[in-house]
Amino acid sequence: MPVEAATALSGKDLVGIAPLTPGEIQLILDTAEELLEIARRPIKKVPTLRGRTVVNLFMEPSTRTRFSFEVAEKRLSADTLNFSASGTSVSKGETLVDTARNLMAMAPDFIVMRHPNSGAPHRLAKMVSASIINAGDGINEHPTQALLDAFTMRRHRGRLEGLTVVIAGDIRHSRVARSNAFLLNKMGASVRFAAPASLMPVRAEELGVEVHHRLEPALEGADVVMMLRIQRERQGNKNFPSLREYFDFFGLTPGRLDLASPDALVMHPGPMNRGVEIDSAVADGPRSVILDQVTNGVAIRMAILYLLSGGEREPSAAS
Amino acid sequence: MTRTSSGAGLKQILDEAGMGRTIARMAAEIVERDGGEIILVGIQTRGVPLAERLARAIVASTGHSVGTGRLDITLYRDDVGPWRPAHAQPVLKETVLPPSIDGATVWLVDDVLFTGRTVRAALDTLMDYGRPRAVRLAVLVDRGHRELPVAADVVGRKVHTSRDEDVQVRLKEVDGVDGVWIGKETPNAR
Repeated sequence: MPVEAATALSGKDLVGIAPLTPGEIQLILDTAEELLEIARRPIKKVPTLRGRTVVNLFMEPSTRTRFSFEVAEKRLSADTLNFSASGTSVSKGETLVDTARNLMAMAPDFIVMRHPNSGAPHRLAKMVSASIINAGDGINEHPTQALLDAFTMRRHRGRLEGLTVVIAGDIRHSRVARSNAFLLNKMGASVRFAAPASLMPVRAEELGVEVHHRLEPALEGADVVMMLRIQRERQGNKNFPSLREYFDFFGLTPGRLDLASPDALVMHPGPMNRGVEIDSAVADGPRSVILDQVTNGVAIRMAILYLLSGGEREPSAAS
Repeated sequence: MTRTSSGAGLKQILDEAGMGRTIARMAAEIVERDGGEIILVGIQTRGVPLAERLARAIVASTGHSVGTGRLDITLYRDDVGPWRPAHAQPVLKETVLPPSIDGATVWLVDDVLFTGRTVRAALDTLMDYGRPRAVRLAVLVDRGHRELPVAADVVGRKVHTSRDEDVQVRLKEVDGVDGVWIGKETPNAR
């Protein structure tokens, strides 16, 4: 049974998938479906967020998420301000408070935030009146990525319920895997994690997923195969002997993909390491929906901005 | 979006047969004005089935093939975002138009003409899709109380209302029944 969409989001922020109800997720996906069409118009812009200000606060490097948010903001006619912390000096507790105070002095309506510390958006959300949108916090959550992944699956397969989704790669350092596991469980899909033990989070089973330490059994009959990037910047000490050996055991090759269902989708949140977690023949193959994910990401981010821009959350009374 | 009234306190001013006659007359007036070379675009939600019914009537009487479309004006409303503090955001519905509306004569179709704000938003929406030769407006019910300088080219039924009265158009395609009711039941935020 498909989940019935909620009439509104209940909070002022989107800090993660964990606090969302299935109905709220359905509402975001349904709203994105209608917003997708704007990208195909001659004039790719609507006046909905005219006069509203969005701060893009990126305390960690990001290209595609930041661009995707910026395109979404511009298509809704919002004014955007970009803040990025260059280098690696990470702002911690006190600095975050100061950053928040400085930002609020500029009266933004939204703060889109990426931060290396897990939980930073939750803290900021409690300090400011603006809507906080988490664009990735530490190894905690990346909710807009999970939503665009689910949106892509739903558009290609028509549903989420009953799908078997494999997430393979550096799961331990992946907020994408966590957000996806939360979301897919809520929507009735089943999730398999596949990674070497050194890249699997401890007590991964508690996320409600099947845990595999080899790729092949995880791929059996899968409807979706999502490969995660080997995050070299997060590998403190070596978790596997070499990138070459990683590819030999965990790389998605055409042969391994044949184990999945014949119409399985291949996904990757990007940026890809070709020849490390994914073979070029698969990444560019007919089952790859990697570029659709990018297009769909803009619609999902527009949907979230639109749904969070409505002030107090109460059931709609007007026609 | 669902209209849950039981009918208590509401007076019916148009029944199924009356609505059928009214739509037939509106179709004739549209043809008289522009012939059949037009695109009928219904404004979501109840303008959509009305536009389709008008299109069928025009095709039946002229033999022309009439283009149709549907328009969702939500993203162009003047009461979303900060001006709508007490409500959730309206649900988005689909917009489907012919591949090009450049140079076409477009008839916007809606169930009720009230403040004129919906029509203003519909005009802005339409202009982002192209440059029609002319845009005209057909409504089933004109209930007065305009807040913007908007007038309809074809009106099915003009009714005198007080500002706090509710005008409810129900259509089989959406509500399971055809008819127009008027009365004081729920505050109308149209």
